[in-house]
Amino acid sequence: MFCASVAALLLSLQAAPDMTPAGEQPVAPYAHANANADGVPFRDDHMWRAFHGAIGVARVIDGMIDRSLTDPRISDIFKGQDITRLRRTLREQFCYLLGGGCTYTGRTMQEAHRNMGIQSADLAALVEHLQAAMQTEHIAFTAQNRLLAKLAPMKRDVVKQK
Amino acid sequence: MLFRLLIVAACLTLPGMAQATDTRAGGKLVLTEGVSSVEGSAGGGLANWALIAGNETEDGIGGNLHATEVLLPDYKLTSVGGAVGWRDRIEISYVHQVFDTRTAGVALGLGQGFIFGEDVFGAKLRVAGDAVWDQDRWLPQIAVSVQHKRANRAAIIRAVGGKSADGTDFLLSATKLVLAKGLLVDATLRLTNGNQFGLFGFGGDRQAARTAQFEGSAALMVTPRLVIGGEYRTKPDNLGFARENAAYDVFAALAVGHHATLTAAYTDLGSVATFARQRGLFLSLQGSF
Ligand code: HEM
Repeated sequence: MFCASVAALLLSLQAAPDMTPAGEQPVAPYAHANANADGVPFRDDHMWRAFHGAIGVARVIDGMIDRSLTDPRISDIFKGQDITRLRRTLREQFCYLLGGGCTYTGRTMQEAHRNMGIQSADLAALVEHLQAAMQTEHIAFTAQNRLLAKLAPMKRDVVKQK
Repeated sequence: MLFRLLIVAACLTLPGMAQATDTRAGGKLVLTEGVSSVEGSAGGGLANWALIAGNETEDGIGGNLHATEVLLPDYKLTSVGGAVGWRDRIEISYVHQVFDTRTAGVALGLGQGFIFGEDVFGAKLRVAGDAVWDQDRWLPQIAVSVQHKRANRAAIIRAVGGKSADGTDFLLSATKLVLAKGLLVDATLRLTNGNQFGLFGFGGDRQAARTAQFEGSAALMVTPRLVIGGEYRTKPDNLGFARENAAYDVFAALAVGHHATLTAAYTDLGSVATFARQRGLFLSLQGSF
């Protein structure tokens, strides 16, 4: 049992660089797991449908990222980062959390945001952009708040620890 | 002295916070800084909340200014004040209240438009919890406050049985946003002997000492910019000459742009200085940074 998991871990570590999706830069190897999404998914696909499925979620994430990239308060944090990968992993993470049945292949929130020096005000700016993107997609306000409630505790991993 | 205690307590709570670092403005989500309560602290209209005033995070300094008018059948209460929030940890507030007795002043033998005034100096320390971000924990945001109040009509206050024109309230507040339901709830315990918030002094012929009073709010986010809710606040009943009742309100708070909040409420203060059924419109404008 132990050996099997070690073997699986080694395999996944080795596999990561080879499997770099088109248009993305390779990242240092890490263990893949849905638990990296740092949240428990909603039980059924009710929320996934409230977000208009894959197309709706993709539009919400693009809306959030595009607004963030042009917001002078936080745009510097995204400079030189792999935004193509960010869009893909965020789509996976939201799909996984919203009950859309995807597998999350990204890193943990703590690992992904390490040493970025993100402050509470940066997170609030990003949430504002997420809210604006959800409004544009006409997501029901109650569904918006249920997703935000799931993301909010990630603050402890995303914002730099003092 | 109380003030100094609060500061010392704050430094014990957060050992690292005395370090000087670059401060940064902004960082709270819309409407999560509350509005200005009648006593000038961050809260609902009637109730004090555990939230710290101003649009700042642990990295900055924020604050607000507000003007409030409460139009009652026989009286008018106007208040103007401000608050400063330091690193979302400490709040210092001040408000000046003007209570106009209008024609009731004649019936009370005080004269037309007789004015009672009061200054309230407040300090609040957040001691635990995060009302907004800790959505995976039930622990509410908890704060302790002191509000020192100075009423300006000492002679009349004594004449009607009041013990003092000055008084100090001690408060313990718990506030939590249940974001998944868009619901904000608050419960506050206030030790006070204030008569009508302190405008008619402190203590009275019926009861001189402080008693424990309750104030609470429940508010629902309707849209990202609009919150509606209700509040309830019990008050002591210290003076023999005039009964005092609990107060309640139903309110709507609207965020206007990034820096302003407009609050409108229908409020019922009960009987005030023998004039019953003091119900009317509460209007408040707050600007914050
Ligand atoms: C709860 C809020 C947040 C969530 C759910 C989230 C989610 C993610 C995810 C899934 C990734 C990709 C992980 C990977 O590459 O394996 C990521 C990376 C990233 N995030 Fe966030 N994030 C949040 C907050 C923020 C904030 C506030 C900022 C900055 C304002 C930010 C900036 C970035 C950047 C620049 C990357 C790219 C890292 C890289 O390419 O190495 N994130 N985030």
